[in-house]
Amino acid sequence: MSEIPGDLKFLKSHEWARLEDDGLVRVGISDHAQQQLGDLVYVELPEVGAQVGPDNGCAVVESVKAASDVYAPIHGEVVEVNSALDDGPELINTDAYGEGWIFVLRPDNKAELDDLLDPESYAELIEGEED
Amino acid sequence: MQLHAWLETVPVRSDNDRPRLPDESHMTAKTVLNEAHRKLGARMVDFGGWDMPLNYGSQIEEHHAVRKAAGMFDVSHMTVVDLHGERVRDFLRRLLANSVDKLTEHGRALYACMLNARGGVIDDLIVYYLGEHFFRLVVNAATREKDLAWIRGQAAPFEVEVRVRDDMAMLAVQGPQAREKLIGLLAEVDRERMRAMGRFRAAAAQALHGVPLFVARTGYTGEDGFELMVDNGHAQLLWQALLDAGVQPAGLAARDTLRLEAGLNLYGQDMDENVTPWEAALGWTVALDDGRDFIGRDALEQQKAEGVPRRMVGLVLEGKGVLRHGQKVLTGVGEGEVLSGSYSPTLSMAIALARVPAGEPGQVRVDIRGREINARVVRPPFVRDGKPGEGI
Repeated sequence: MSEIPGDLKFLKSHEWARLEDDGLVRVGISDHAQQQLGDLVYVELPEVGAQVGPDNGCAVVESVKAASDVYAPIHGEVVEVNSALDDGPELINTDAYGEGWIFVLRPDNKAELDDLLDPESYAELIEGEED
Repeated sequence: MQLHAWLETVPVRSDNDRPRLPDESHMTAKTVLNEAHRKLGARMVDFGGWDMPLNYGSQIEEHHAVRKAAGMFDVSHMTVVDLHGERVRDFLRRLLANSVDKLTEHGRALYACMLNARGGVIDDLIVYYLGEHFFRLVVNAATREKDLAWIRGQAAPFEVEVRVRDDMAMLAVQGPQAREKLIGLLAEVDRERMRAMGRFRAAAAQALHGVPLFVARTGYTGEDGFELMVDNGHAQLLWQALLDAGVQPAGLAARDTLRLEAGLNLYGQDMDENVTPWEAALGWTVALDDGRDFIGRDALEQQKAEGVPRRMVGLVLEGKGVLRHGQKVLTGVGEGEVLSGSYSPTLSMAIALARVPAGEPGQVRVDIRGREINARVVRPPFVRDGKPGEGI
Protein backbone atom coordinates (compact mmCIF):
# COMPACT_ATOMS: atom_id res chain seq x y z
CA MET A 1 0.00 0.00 0.00
CA SER A 2 1.30 3.44 -0.86
CA GLU A 3 2.12 6.01 1.80
CA ILE A 4 -0.79 8.21 2.92
CA PRO A 5 0.11 11.90 2.43
CA GLY A 6 0.20 13.74 5.76
CA ASP A 7 -1.99 16.66 4.67
CA LEU A 8 -5.09 14.53 4.11
CA LYS A 9 -8.15 14.01 6.28
CA PHE A 10 -10.45 11.01 5.92
CA LEU A 11 -14.01 9.89 6.31
CA LYS A 12 -14.46 6.39 7.70
CA SER A 13 -16.09 5.56 4.38
CA HIS A 14 -12.71 6.03 2.61
CA GLU A 15 -13.04 9.51 1.06
CA TRP A 16 -10.13 11.94 1.57
CA ALA A 17 -10.15 15.74 1.82
CA ARG A 18 -7.25 18.14 1.39
CA LEU A 19 -7.43 21.82 2.34
CA GLU A 20 -5.70 23.76 -0.41
CA ASP A 21 -3.90 27.11 -0.12
CA ASP A 22 -6.87 28.93 -1.65
CA GLY A 23 -9.21 27.69 1.08
CA LEU A 24 -10.93 25.15 -1.21
CA VAL A 25 -11.08 21.45 -0.39
CA ARG A 26 -10.09 18.75 -2.85
CA VAL A 27 -11.80 15.35 -2.50
CA GLY A 28 -11.01 11.83 -3.66
CA ILE A 29 -11.12 8.22 -2.49
CA SER A 30 -8.33 6.46 -0.64
CA ASP A 31 -5.76 4.18 -2.15
CA HIS A 32 -7.15 1.41 0.05
CA ALA A 33 -10.62 2.00 -1.41
CA GLN A 34 -9.41 1.81 -5.00
CA GLN A 35 -7.59 -1.42 -4.22
CA GLN A 36 -10.73 -2.93 -2.76
CA LEU A 37 -12.86 -1.81 -5.71
CA GLY A 38 -10.47 -3.04 -8.36
CA ASP A 39 -10.24 -1.68 -11.91
CA LEU A 40 -12.40 1.43 -12.18
CA VAL A 41 -14.25 1.90 -15.46
CA TYR A 42 -16.60 4.84 -14.91
CA VAL A 43 -16.94 7.84 -12.63
CA GLU A 44 -20.16 9.81 -12.36
CA LEU A 45 -19.06 13.29 -11.32
CA PRO A 46 -21.18 15.76 -9.35
CA GLU A 47 -22.49 18.92 -11.00
CA VAL A 48 -20.51 22.08 -10.47
CA GLY A 49 -22.62 24.24 -8.16
CA ALA A 50 -24.16 21.28 -6.33
CA GLN A 51 -24.48 21.49 -2.55
CA VAL A 52 -22.89 18.37 -1.11
CA GLY A 53 -22.09 16.86 2.27
CA PRO A 54 -21.39 13.67 4.18
CA ASP A 55 -25.07 12.70 4.33
CA ASN A 56 -25.70 12.01 0.65
CA GLY A 57 -23.70 10.39 -2.11
CA CYS A 58 -22.68 13.01 -4.68
CA ALA A 59 -20.50 10.98 -7.05
CA VAL A 60 -20.35 7.34 -8.09
CA VAL A 61 -17.28 5.28 -8.86
CA GLU A 62 -17.88 2.10 -10.80
CA SER A 63 -15.49 -0.78 -11.03
CA VAL A 64 -16.10 -3.58 -13.51
CA LYS A 65 -18.53 -5.26 -11.22
CA ALA A 66 -19.78 -2.73 -8.67
CA ALA A 67 -21.00 0.83 -8.26
CA SER A 68 -20.12 2.72 -5.08
CA ASP A 69 -21.36 6.10 -3.85
CA VAL A 70 -18.81 8.75 -2.93
CA TYR A 71 -19.62 11.18 -0.11
CA ALA A 72 -18.27 14.68 0.40
CA PRO A 73 -16.28 14.62 3.66
CA ILE A 74 -17.65 18.06 4.68
CA HIS A 75 -20.50 20.33 3.57
CA GLY A 76 -19.91 22.75 0.74
CA GLU A 77 -20.49 23.69 -2.88
CA VAL A 78 -18.81 21.86 -5.74
CA VAL A 79 -16.66 24.34 -7.68
CA GLU A 80 -14.64 22.04 -9.93
CA VAL A 81 -14.77 18.42 -11.08
CA ASN A 82 -11.97 16.25 -12.48
CA SER A 83 -13.17 15.81 -16.04
CA ALA A 84 -10.01 13.81 -16.83
CA LEU A 85 -11.81 10.93 -15.10
CA ASP A 86 -14.42 10.86 -17.90
CA ASP A 87 -11.90 9.25 -20.21
CA GLY A 88 -9.48 8.01 -17.59
CA PRO A 89 -11.27 6.57 -14.55
CA GLU A 90 -8.20 4.40 -14.00
CA LEU A 91 -6.39 7.54 -12.77
CA ILE A 92 -7.97 6.72 -9.43
CA ASN A 93 -6.34 3.29 -9.51
CA THR A 94 -2.93 4.63 -10.43
CA ASP A 95 -2.84 7.83 -8.33
CA ALA A 96 -5.68 7.98 -5.81
CA TYR A 97 -4.20 10.91 -3.84
CA GLY A 98 -3.02 12.92 -6.85
CA GLU A 99 -4.30 12.79 -10.45
CA GLY A 100 -7.25 10.70 -9.29
CA TRP A 101 -8.95 13.49 -7.31
CA ILE A 102 -12.70 13.67 -7.97
CA PHE A 103 -13.96 17.18 -7.16
CA VAL A 104 -13.16 20.43 -5.34
CA LEU A 105 -15.61 22.06 -2.97
CA ARG A 106 -15.89 25.46 -1.29
CA PRO A 107 -16.46 24.54 2.38
CA ASP A 108 -19.39 25.96 4.31
CA ASN A 109 -17.36 25.66 7.48
CA LYS A 110 -13.69 24.68 7.37
CA ALA A 111 -13.86 23.60 11.01
CA GLU A 112 -15.74 20.47 9.89
CA LEU A 113 -12.37 19.19 8.70
CA ASP A 114 -11.28 18.86 12.32
CA ASP A 115 -13.86 16.12 12.84
CA LEU A 116 -12.31 13.90 10.16
CA LEU A 117 -9.72 11.16 10.72
CA ASP A 118 -6.06 12.07 10.45
CA PRO A 119 -3.82 9.76 8.35
CA GLU A 120 -2.68 7.72 11.36
CA SER A 121 -6.23 7.05 12.55
CA TYR A 122 -7.34 6.17 9.05
CA ALA A 123 -4.38 3.80 8.64
CA GLU A 124 -5.40 2.09 11.88
CA LEU A 125 -8.98 1.83 10.68
CA ILE A 126 -8.09 0.03 7.46
CA GLU A 127 -5.56 -2.14 9.21
CA GLY A 128 -8.38 -3.30 11.46
CA GLU A 129 -10.49 -4.09 8.40
CA GLU A 130 -7.78 -6.24 6.89
CA ASP A 131 -7.29 -8.47 9.94
CA MET B 1 -18.71 4.78 0.03
CA GLN B 2 -19.49 1.14 0.45
CA LEU B 3 -16.73 -1.21 -0.59
CA HIS B 4 -18.71 -3.86 -2.38
CA ALA B 5 -16.26 -5.92 -4.29
CA TRP B 6 -18.91 -7.95 -6.03
CA LEU B 7 -22.48 -6.85 -5.97
CA GLU B 8 -24.47 -9.38 -7.88
CA THR B 9 -23.28 -12.86 -8.56
CA VAL B 10 -21.34 -13.22 -5.37
CA PRO B 11 -22.56 -12.30 -1.91
CA VAL B 12 -21.23 -8.93 -0.85
CA ARG B 13 -17.99 -9.12 1.08
CA SER B 14 -18.50 -6.98 4.14
CA ASP B 15 -16.01 -5.95 6.79
CA ASN B 16 -16.83 -8.89 8.99
CA ASP B 17 -16.83 -11.41 6.17
CA ARG B 18 -13.28 -12.53 6.79
CA PRO B 19 -11.92 -15.77 5.40
CA ARG B 20 -13.08 -18.43 7.79
CA LEU B 21 -10.79 -20.75 9.64
CA PRO B 22 -11.42 -24.47 9.47
CA ASP B 23 -12.36 -24.62 13.16
CA GLU B 24 -15.22 -22.15 12.78
CA SER B 25 -18.57 -23.84 12.62
CA HIS B 26 -19.99 -22.45 9.37
CA MET B 27 -16.85 -23.04 7.40
CA THR B 28 -16.55 -22.28 3.75
CA ALA B 29 -15.54 -25.11 1.46
CA LYS B 30 -12.10 -24.92 -0.08
CA THR B 31 -10.79 -26.51 -3.25
CA VAL B 32 -7.45 -28.31 -3.14
CA LEU B 33 -5.93 -25.26 -4.86
CA ASN B 34 -6.93 -22.82 -2.10
CA GLU B 35 -3.37 -22.49 -0.78
CA ALA B 36 -2.04 -22.01 -4.31
CA HIS B 37 -4.44 -19.10 -4.87
CA ARG B 38 -3.45 -17.45 -1.62
CA LYS B 39 0.23 -17.83 -2.42
CA LEU B 40 -0.39 -15.95 -5.65
CA GLY B 41 -1.99 -13.10 -3.66
CA ALA B 42 -5.53 -13.78 -4.82
CA ARG B 43 -8.37 -11.75 -3.40
CA MET B 44 -10.74 -14.45 -2.15
CA VAL B 45 -14.52 -14.31 -1.99
CA ASP B 46 -17.35 -16.56 -0.87
CA PHE B 47 -19.04 -17.99 -3.96
CA GLY B 48 -21.90 -20.40 -3.35
CA GLY B 49 -20.30 -21.52 -0.08
CA TRP B 50 -16.84 -21.88 -1.62
CA ASP B 51 -13.80 -19.74 -0.85
CA MET B 52 -12.73 -18.84 -4.36
CA PRO B 53 -10.32 -16.39 -6.03
CA LEU B 54 -12.04 -13.24 -7.28
CA ASN B 55 -8.89 -11.90 -8.91
CA TYR B 56 -5.12 -12.14 -8.58
CA GLY B 57 -4.61 -8.37 -8.93
CA SER B 58 -6.41 -7.02 -11.97
CA GLN B 59 -9.50 -8.72 -13.35
CA ILE B 60 -9.13 -6.71 -16.56
CA GLU B 61 -5.60 -7.99 -17.17
CA GLU B 62 -6.80 -11.53 -16.50
CA HIS B 63 -9.67 -11.02 -18.93
CA HIS B 64 -7.34 -9.82 -21.68
CA ALA B 65 -4.93 -12.70 -21.02
CA VAL B 66 -7.73 -15.16 -21.79
CA ARG B 67 -8.83 -13.25 -24.92
CA LYS B 68 -5.30 -12.84 -26.26
CA ALA B 69 -3.17 -15.68 -24.88
CA ALA B 70 -4.08 -18.23 -22.19
CA GLY B 71 -5.61 -18.09 -18.75
CA MET B 72 -6.71 -20.70 -16.25
CA PHE B 73 -9.48 -20.95 -13.69
CA ASP B 74 -9.88 -23.25 -10.72
CA VAL B 75 -13.40 -24.56 -11.24
CA SER B 76 -13.12 -27.40 -8.75
CA HIS B 77 -16.14 -26.01 -6.92
CA MET B 78 -18.33 -27.29 -9.75
CA THR B 79 -19.95 -30.65 -9.12
CA VAL B 80 -18.98 -33.65 -11.23
CA VAL B 81 -21.55 -36.45 -11.14
CA ASP B 82 -20.99 -39.83 -12.74
CA LEU B 83 -24.05 -41.84 -13.75
CA HIS B 84 -23.76 -45.58 -14.17
CA GLY B 85 -26.38 -48.12 -15.11
CA GLU B 86 -27.94 -50.06 -17.92
CA ARG B 87 -30.76 -47.55 -18.30
CA VAL B 88 -28.71 -44.40 -17.90
CA ARG B 89 -29.51 -43.20 -21.43
CA ASP B 90 -33.23 -43.64 -20.82
CA PHE B 91 -32.86 -41.75 -17.57
CA LEU B 92 -31.16 -38.79 -19.29
CA ARG B 93 -33.80 -38.78 -22.04
CA ARG B 94 -36.26 -38.11 -19.23
CA LEU B 95 -34.09 -35.75 -17.13
CA LEU B 96 -32.80 -33.33 -19.77
CA ALA B 97 -34.53 -30.97 -22.20
CA ASN B 98 -31.78 -31.53 -24.73
CA SER B 99 -31.57 -34.98 -26.27
CA VAL B 100 -28.71 -37.28 -25.31
CA ASP B 101 -29.55 -39.18 -28.50
CA LYS B 102 -27.41 -36.52 -30.20
CA LEU B 103 -24.50 -38.17 -28.40
CA THR B 104 -23.51 -40.99 -30.70
CA GLU B 105 -19.74 -41.21 -30.21
CA HIS B 106 -17.92 -41.79 -26.96
CA GLY B 107 -16.50 -38.58 -25.56
CA ARG B 108 -19.13 -36.30 -27.08
CA ALA B 109 -20.48 -33.52 -24.84
CA LEU B 110 -23.83 -31.74 -24.83
CA TYR B 111 -25.08 -28.58 -23.11
CA ALA B 112 -28.52 -29.12 -21.61
CA CYS B 113 -31.04 -27.81 -19.11
CA MET B 114 -32.66 -29.84 -16.37
CA LEU B 115 -36.24 -28.61 -15.96
CA ASN B 116 -38.97 -28.90 -13.37
CA ALA B 117 -42.51 -29.89 -14.34
CA ARG B 118 -43.38 -26.21 -14.98
CA GLY B 119 -40.59 -25.97 -17.54
CA GLY B 120 -38.46 -23.83 -15.20
CA VAL B 121 -34.72 -24.36 -15.23
CA ILE B 122 -33.38 -26.29 -12.21
CA ASP B 123 -29.86 -26.01 -13.59
CA ASP B 124 -27.86 -25.95 -16.78
CA LEU B 125 -25.14 -28.54 -17.20
CA ILE B 126 -22.83 -30.37 -19.53
CA VAL B 127 -23.29 -34.09 -20.09
CA TYR B 128 -20.50 -36.29 -21.44
CA TYR B 129 -21.15 -39.63 -23.10
CA LEU B 130 -18.39 -41.92 -21.86
CA GLY B 131 -19.95 -45.32 -22.48
CA GLU B 132 -23.34 -46.82 -23.14
CA HIS B 133 -23.79 -47.29 -19.39
CA PHE B 134 -21.69 -44.37 -18.22
CA PHE B 135 -22.42 -40.64 -18.57
CA ARG B 136 -20.83 -37.76 -16.67
CA LEU B 137 -22.57 -34.51 -15.68
CA VAL B 138 -20.98 -31.23 -14.60
CA VAL B 139 -23.45 -29.04 -12.72
CA ASN B 140 -23.14 -25.66 -11.00
CA ALA B 141 -21.61 -25.20 -7.57
CA ALA B 142 -24.30 -22.99 -6.04
CA THR B 143 -27.05 -25.47 -6.97
CA ARG B 144 -25.19 -28.59 -5.86
CA GLU B 145 -27.51 -29.86 -3.13
CA LYS B 146 -30.80 -29.28 -4.91
CA ASP B 147 -29.39 -30.74 -8.13
CA LEU B 148 -28.17 -33.88 -6.40
CA ALA B 149 -31.49 -34.33 -4.60
CA TRP B 150 -33.39 -33.91 -7.87
CA ILE B 151 -31.08 -36.18 -9.86
CA ARG B 152 -31.14 -38.91 -7.21
CA GLY B 153 -34.91 -38.72 -6.98
CA GLN B 154 -35.38 -39.00 -10.72
CA ALA B 155 -32.68 -41.68 -11.09
CA ALA B 156 -34.17 -44.12 -8.61
CA PRO B 157 -36.81 -45.70 -10.91
CA PHE B 158 -34.14 -46.19 -13.60
CA GLU B 159 -31.77 -47.90 -11.15
CA VAL B 160 -29.02 -45.52 -12.10
CA GLU B 161 -26.14 -45.11 -9.70
CA VAL B 162 -25.36 -41.45 -8.93
CA ARG B 163 -21.74 -41.00 -7.89
CA VAL B 164 -20.42 -37.55 -6.92
CA ARG B 165 -16.78 -37.15 -7.85
CA ASP B 166 -15.47 -35.02 -5.00
CA ASP B 167 -12.16 -36.79 -5.50
CA MET B 168 -11.51 -34.73 -8.63
CA ALA B 169 -10.38 -31.16 -9.15
CA MET B 170 -11.24 -29.22 -12.28
CA LEU B 171 -9.26 -26.57 -14.15
CA ALA B 172 -10.38 -24.56 -17.17
CA VAL B 173 -7.53 -23.49 -19.45
CA GLN B 174 -8.90 -20.98 -21.93
CA GLY B 175 -7.67 -18.68 -24.67
CA PRO B 176 -6.21 -18.82 -28.18
CA GLN B 177 -2.95 -20.34 -26.85
CA ALA B 178 -4.57 -22.50 -24.16
CA ARG B 179 -4.67 -25.78 -26.05
CA GLU B 180 -1.03 -25.66 -27.11
CA LYS B 181 0.05 -24.79 -23.55
CA LEU B 182 -1.73 -27.86 -22.20
CA ILE B 183 -0.72 -30.12 -25.07
CA GLY B 184 2.91 -29.24 -24.29
CA LEU B 185 2.45 -30.84 -20.88
CA LEU B 186 0.96 -34.07 -22.18
CA ALA B 187 2.72 -37.33 -22.74
CA GLU B 188 4.24 -37.38 -26.24
CA VAL B 189 1.93 -40.19 -27.34
CA ASP B 190 -1.22 -38.18 -26.53
CA ARG B 191 -0.31 -34.89 -28.17
CA GLU B 192 -1.47 -35.42 -31.74
CA ARG B 193 -4.73 -37.00 -30.64
CA MET B 194 -5.48 -34.04 -28.33
CA ARG B 195 -4.55 -31.55 -31.02
CA ALA B 196 -7.03 -33.24 -33.37
CA MET B 197 -9.88 -33.56 -30.85
CA GLY B 198 -12.90 -31.50 -31.94
CA ARG B 199 -14.96 -29.05 -29.94
CA PHE B 200 -17.39 -30.42 -27.37
CA ARG B 201 -15.45 -33.64 -27.19
CA ALA B 202 -13.53 -35.19 -24.35
CA ALA B 203 -10.99 -37.96 -23.88
CA ALA B 204 -8.53 -39.35 -21.38
CA ALA B 205 -4.88 -38.42 -21.64
CA GLN B 206 -1.76 -38.45 -19.52
CA ALA B 207 0.22 -35.45 -18.40
CA LEU B 208 3.97 -35.89 -18.05
CA HIS B 209 4.91 -38.24 -15.19
CA GLY B 210 1.80 -40.24 -16.01
CA VAL B 211 -0.80 -38.09 -14.27
CA PRO B 212 -4.19 -39.18 -15.64
CA LEU B 213 -6.34 -36.37 -17.01
CA PHE B 214 -9.85 -36.09 -18.38
CA VAL B 215 -9.54 -33.48 -21.12
CA ALA B 216 -12.64 -31.80 -22.58
CA ARG B 217 -12.61 -29.18 -25.31
CA THR B 218 -15.24 -27.04 -23.61
CA GLY B 219 -15.34 -23.80 -21.65
CA TYR B 220 -17.25 -20.78 -20.43
CA THR B 221 -15.32 -17.88 -21.93
CA GLY B 222 -16.11 -17.92 -25.65
CA GLU B 223 -12.50 -18.88 -26.33
CA ASP B 224 -11.07 -22.18 -27.43
CA GLY B 225 -9.49 -24.25 -24.69
CA PHE B 226 -9.86 -27.22 -22.42
CA GLU B 227 -11.56 -28.10 -19.20
CA LEU B 228 -9.47 -30.61 -17.27
CA MET B 229 -10.38 -33.02 -14.54
CA VAL B 230 -7.61 -34.45 -12.42
CA ASP B 231 -7.56 -36.31 -9.12
CA ASN B 232 -7.18 -34.00 -6.11
CA GLY B 233 -3.73 -35.36 -5.34
CA HIS B 234 -2.30 -34.16 -8.65
CA ALA B 235 -4.18 -30.88 -9.03
CA GLN B 236 -1.43 -28.68 -7.59
CA LEU B 237 1.17 -30.31 -9.81
CA LEU B 238 -0.95 -29.57 -12.87
CA TRP B 239 -1.68 -26.00 -11.73
CA GLN B 240 2.03 -25.35 -11.17
CA ALA B 241 3.00 -26.87 -14.52
CA LEU B 242 0.50 -24.61 -16.30
CA LEU B 243 1.79 -21.58 -14.36
CA ASP B 244 5.33 -22.49 -15.38
CA ALA B 245 4.15 -22.73 -18.99
CA GLY B 246 3.03 -19.09 -18.76
CA VAL B 247 -0.72 -19.55 -18.31
CA GLN B 248 -2.23 -16.58 -16.41
CA PRO B 249 -4.30 -17.49 -13.34
CA ALA B 250 -7.70 -15.80 -13.61
CA GLY B 251 -10.43 -15.38 -11.02
CA LEU B 252 -14.21 -15.44 -10.90
CA ALA B 253 -14.41 -11.75 -11.79
CA ALA B 254 -12.71 -12.28 -15.15
CA ARG B 255 -14.68 -15.47 -15.68
CA ASP B 256 -17.89 -13.47 -15.35
CA THR B 257 -16.96 -10.73 -17.84
CA LEU B 258 -15.65 -13.34 -20.29
CA ARG B 259 -18.82 -15.44 -20.22
CA LEU B 260 -21.01 -12.35 -20.49
CA GLU B 261 -19.12 -11.09 -23.55
CA ALA B 262 -19.58 -14.57 -25.01
CA GLY B 263 -23.34 -14.29 -24.37
CA LEU B 264 -23.36 -17.31 -22.05
CA ASN B 265 -26.02 -17.45 -19.34
CA LEU B 266 -25.21 -17.60 -15.64
CA TYR B 267 -27.57 -19.77 -13.65
CA GLY B 268 -29.37 -17.90 -10.87
CA GLN B 269 -28.91 -14.58 -12.60
CA ASP B 270 -30.05 -15.09 -16.19
CA MET B 271 -32.43 -17.97 -15.53
CA ASP B 272 -33.84 -19.93 -12.62
CA GLU B 273 -36.72 -22.23 -11.73
CA ASN B 274 -39.30 -19.61 -12.72
CA VAL B 275 -37.88 -19.05 -16.19
CA THR B 276 -38.29 -21.42 -19.13
CA PRO B 277 -35.58 -21.99 -21.73
CA TRP B 278 -37.76 -20.05 -24.23
CA GLU B 279 -37.47 -16.99 -21.96
CA ALA B 280 -33.72 -17.34 -21.46
CA ALA B 281 -32.52 -17.59 -25.08
CA LEU B 282 -31.97 -21.30 -24.51
CA GLY B 283 -34.52 -22.59 -27.00
CA TRP B 284 -31.63 -24.04 -29.03
CA THR B 285 -30.98 -26.47 -26.17
CA VAL B 286 -34.51 -27.86 -26.18
CA ALA B 287 -35.04 -30.93 -28.37
CA LEU B 288 -38.73 -31.56 -29.04
CA ASP B 289 -37.90 -34.88 -30.65
CA ASP B 290 -40.64 -37.39 -31.37
CA GLY B 291 -42.12 -39.16 -28.42
CA ARG B 292 -39.47 -38.24 -25.84
CA ASP B 293 -41.20 -37.50 -22.56
CA PHE B 294 -38.72 -35.25 -20.75
CA ILE B 295 -39.62 -33.44 -17.53
CA GLY B 296 -41.09 -30.03 -18.33
CA ARG B 297 -41.96 -30.84 -21.93
CA ASP B 298 -45.72 -30.37 -21.54
CA ALA B 299 -45.23 -26.96 -19.95
CA LEU B 300 -42.80 -25.88 -22.65
CA GLU B 301 -45.13 -26.97 -25.46
CA GLN B 302 -48.04 -25.23 -23.81
CA GLN B 303 -46.09 -21.99 -23.35
CA LYS B 304 -44.93 -22.12 -26.95
CA ALA B 305 -48.49 -22.64 -28.17
CA GLU B 306 -49.86 -19.80 -26.06
CA GLY B 307 -47.01 -17.46 -26.91
CA VAL B 308 -43.89 -16.88 -24.85
CA PRO B 309 -44.45 -13.64 -22.88
CA ARG B 310 -40.83 -12.63 -22.32
CA ARG B 311 -37.52 -13.03 -24.08
CA MET B 312 -33.88 -12.47 -23.36
CA VAL B 313 -31.92 -10.00 -25.46
CA GLY B 314 -28.48 -8.45 -25.47
CA LEU B 315 -28.09 -4.74 -24.70
CA VAL B 316 -25.25 -2.36 -25.49
CA LEU B 317 -25.37 0.96 -23.62
CA GLU B 318 -25.09 3.95 -25.94
CA GLY B 319 -24.46 6.57 -23.25
CA LYS B 320 -22.10 6.71 -20.31
CA GLY B 321 -22.45 4.38 -17.37
CA VAL B 322 -22.43 0.70 -16.56
CA LEU B 323 -25.33 -1.74 -16.93
CA ARG B 324 -26.03 -3.66 -13.73
CA HIS B 325 -28.24 -6.50 -12.59
CA GLY B 326 -31.68 -5.25 -11.55
CA GLN B 327 -31.78 -2.02 -13.57
CA LYS B 328 -35.13 -1.30 -15.18
CA VAL B 329 -35.31 -1.58 -18.98
CA LEU B 330 -37.91 0.62 -20.71
CA THR B 331 -39.17 -0.61 -24.07
CA GLY B 332 -42.05 0.17 -26.40
CA VAL B 333 -43.82 -3.00 -25.23
CA GLY B 334 -43.34 -2.60 -21.49
CA GLU B 335 -40.73 -2.84 -18.79
CA GLY B 336 -37.96 -5.39 -18.55
CA GLU B 337 -34.95 -5.94 -16.36
CA VAL B 338 -31.18 -6.21 -16.69
CA LEU B 339 -30.10 -9.73 -15.69
CA SER B 340 -26.32 -9.78 -16.11
CA GLY B 341 -24.74 -6.40 -16.73
CA SER B 342 -21.15 -5.29 -16.71
CA TYR B 343 -18.45 -3.30 -18.35
CA SER B 344 -16.95 -5.23 -21.25
CA PRO B 345 -13.15 -5.08 -21.10
CA THR B 346 -12.85 -6.18 -24.75
CA LEU B 347 -15.35 -3.64 -26.12
CA SER B 348 -14.74 -0.87 -23.53
CA MET B 349 -18.46 -0.32 -23.10
CA ALA B 350 -21.35 -1.51 -20.99
CA ILE B 351 -23.14 -4.69 -22.07
CA ALA B 352 -25.95 -6.75 -20.60
CA LEU B 353 -28.35 -9.61 -20.95
CA ALA B 354 -31.88 -8.40 -20.24
CA ARG B 355 -35.32 -9.98 -20.08
CA VAL B 356 -37.96 -7.89 -21.84
CA PRO B 357 -41.57 -8.40 -22.90
CA ALA B 358 -42.04 -10.16 -26.25
CA GLY B 359 -42.66 -7.93 -29.25
CA GLU B 360 -40.90 -5.13 -31.07
CA PRO B 361 -39.07 -3.15 -28.36
CA GLY B 362 -38.43 0.06 -30.33
CA GLN B 363 -35.97 2.48 -28.74
CA VAL B 364 -34.83 0.94 -25.48
CA ARG B 365 -33.73 2.95 -22.45
CA VAL B 366 -32.23 1.77 -19.17
CA ASP B 367 -32.88 3.52 -15.86
CA ILE B 368 -29.46 4.07 -14.29
CA ARG B 369 -29.88 5.77 -10.92
CA GLY B 370 -32.85 7.76 -12.14
CA ARG B 371 -31.46 8.73 -15.53
CA GLU B 372 -32.75 7.08 -18.70
CA ILE B 373 -29.85 6.13 -20.97
CA ASN B 374 -30.35 4.77 -24.49
CA ALA B 375 -29.39 1.19 -25.18
CA ARG B 376 -29.29 -0.86 -28.37
CA VAL B 377 -30.81 -4.33 -28.62
CA VAL B 378 -28.31 -6.80 -30.04
CA ARG B 379 -27.95 -10.51 -30.54
CA PRO B 380 -25.17 -12.01 -28.37
CA PRO B 381 -22.33 -13.00 -28.46
CA PHE B 382 -20.95 -9.52 -27.84
CA VAL B 383 -17.45 -10.82 -28.55
CA ARG B 384 -16.48 -13.62 -30.89
CA ASP B 385 -12.90 -14.77 -31.53
CA GLY B 386 -11.60 -11.82 -29.55
CA LYS B 387 -13.43 -9.28 -31.76
CA PRO B 388 -16.82 -7.55 -31.57
CA GLY B 389 -19.60 -9.98 -32.55
CA GLU B 390 -21.73 -9.45 -35.62
CA GLY B 391 -23.87 -6.30 -35.29
CA ILE B 392 -22.28 -5.20 -32.00
